[in-house]
Amino acid sequence: MFEIFHTLSEMFSYTFLVRAFVVGLLVSLCASLLGVSLVLKRYSMIGDGLSHVGFGALAVAMALNVAPLAVSIPVVVIAAFLLLRISENSRIKGDSAIALISTSSLAIGVMLISVTTGMNTDVCNYMFGSILAMTKNDVYLSVTLSIVVLILFVLFYNKIFAVTFDETFAKATGVRTQAYNMLIAFLSAVTIVIGMRMMGALLISSLIIFPALSSMRIYKRFKTVVISSAVISVVCFFLGIVISYQYATPTGASVVSVNLLVFLALCAVSLLSGKFRTRRVQQ
Amino acid sequence: MPLITCRDLSLGYGGSVVLSGVNFQVSSGDYLCIVGENGSGKSTLIKGLLCLQQPFGGEIVYGDGLRADMIGYLPQRMTAGSDFPAGVYEVVLSGRLARRGLRPFYTRQDKDAALTNMRILEIEYLRDACFGELSGGQQQRVLLARALCSADRLLLLDEPVAGLDPMVAQGFYEILGTLNASMGMTIVMVSHDVERAVGNASHILHLNHTQLFFGARDEYLKSDIGKKFTGGD
Repeated sequence: MFEIFHTLSEMFSYTFLVRAFVVGLLVSLCASLLGVSLVLKRYSMIGDGLSHVGFGALAVAMALNVAPLAVSIPVVVIAAFLLLRISENSRIKGDSAIALISTSSLAIGVMLISVTTGMNTDVCNYMFGSILAMTKNDVYLSVTLSIVVLILFVLFYNKIFAVTFDETFAKATGVRTQAYNMLIAFLSAVTIVIGMRMMGALLISSLIIFPALSSMRIYKRFKTVVISSAVISVVCFFLGIVISYQYATPTGASVVSVNLLVFLALCAVSLLSGKFRTRRVQQ
Repeated sequence: MPLITCRDLSLGYGGSVVLSGVNFQVSSGDYLCIVGENGSGKSTLIKGLLCLQQPFGGEIVYGDGLRADMIGYLPQRMTAGSDFPAGVYEVVLSGRLARRGLRPFYTRQDKDAALTNMRILEIEYLRDACFGELSGGQQQRVLLARALCSADRLLLLDEPVAGLDPMVAQGFYEILGTLNASMGMTIVMVSHDVERAVGNASHILHLNHTQLFFGARDEYLKSDIGKKFTGGD
C-alpha cells in the first residue's frame, strides 16, 4: 500500500508527467462523454477517420514548422463536418469515403515526414503517442479547449440525447438536429486533436469507443451510461499512466489495454448477472 | 381557420412523385384517419405534414397559430435499436425539448408534464425501465407519451398499432379516442388496420397515389370506395 503512494509521489515530482496527467484526464473525460453519442449514432468510424486526418495535419504542421495544434484543430474540424455530411447522405458509400479520407491523410502525412525530417521516432510518436510531446503552451491550450468541450457537452446534454435517440422525431418537432450533429462533430474533432499527441493517432479513437461500450454492458439508461463511462474512462487513464510509469510502457497503449480489460470484465459481469439471458427471452 | 390546409399537394422521393392531387383540411378537434394500401403514399404525406420533406408542388399551410413545436409525432418504426440505453422517463421528457429552444435544462414544469403524460398512458411504473427492453405495446405507449409532451394541439401518428396484438391495439385506440374527446387533441393518424381505425375517426382521407376520398366518416362508410375497403355493406 505504501509503495503505491511512493510511486505516485515520485511520478508527480516530474513536471512533464503532471502536465500529461492533467491533459490526459481531461481528454479521457471529454472522449468518454462524446463517445456514448458517437457509438450509438454509429459514428465510431468517424472518430477513427478524424485521428488519421489529425496525423496528416500534424505532419504538415511539422513540415511548415508551425504550432501543431493551431494547424490541426481547424483541419480536423473541417474534416469532421465533411465526414458527417458524407455519412448522412448514404451509409455504405459513407463507410468507404471515411476509409478513403483517413488513409489518404495518413499517406500524405507519412510522405511529408519522410521528405522533411526522415522516418524517425517522430512518426512512431505520432502513431502511438508520447507524453513528452506536450509543451507548456500545448498544455494551456489543451486544458482550455477540453474545459470548453465539457461545458458545451453539459449545456447541450439534452439536445445530444434527443438527436442520438431519435433524430427524426427531434427534427419533426422543430429541433435543429443538423446544428446539433455539427456540434457533436465539432466537439469530437477538438477532443481527438488534443488527445492525439499523447494517445497516438492509432489509439485515440479507442478512448472514445471503449468507455461507452463498457458501461453499456451494465447500464441501460442514457444518463447512467454517460456518467459511468466518464468514471470508467478517468479510472482507466489513471491506472494506465501509473502502469506506463512503473513498467516503462507507452502511455497510450497502456491506457487502451486497461480499457480493454475493464471492457472484458464488464462483459463477464453482464453475462453472469443474467441480463443477457433475460434480454434474449424478451426478444 | 383550419389547423392544416393542403392544396393540390404533390410529394415524392428523388425524382419520382409518390402522391399527387391531395386537397384536404384538418380543423381543431378533428380526428382524421388516413387509409390506403401499402405504398400508397400515406407515410410520405405524414413526412410532408411534418416538413421533413419539401413538396414537389402545391402547398401545406399551417393555420390557427400552429407551429412545429406544437406538434406531437409518433413515428412508424423506431430508429434506435433495442440495445440503445435510454430510460423511459428520459425518452418521454425528450418530447419537451423543442419548446426549450436554446435553453439548456428542463424545468420543473417540463418534468411535471412528462410525469402527467406517463400517468395518462399508465406507464408510470416503467419510469426507470430501459426503453429497448419493453414490449412493442409498451414502447408505443412510451412514444405516445413523448408525442403528448411535444403536442399542444396536434398529434400525427404513423401506423401506431403496426405489429401490436389486437387487444393491445384496441387499448391504444381507446386512449386516442379519449385524448380526442376529453382533451380536444386534434389527431391525424395513418393506419393500415382500417376497420378499427375508422371506427374512432371523424374524418377519412383515402389515398392511392392520389386522393380517392376525403370527408366525414359516415359519408365514407356510405361511399362505394368506403364500402369496398372496409368490407362492410
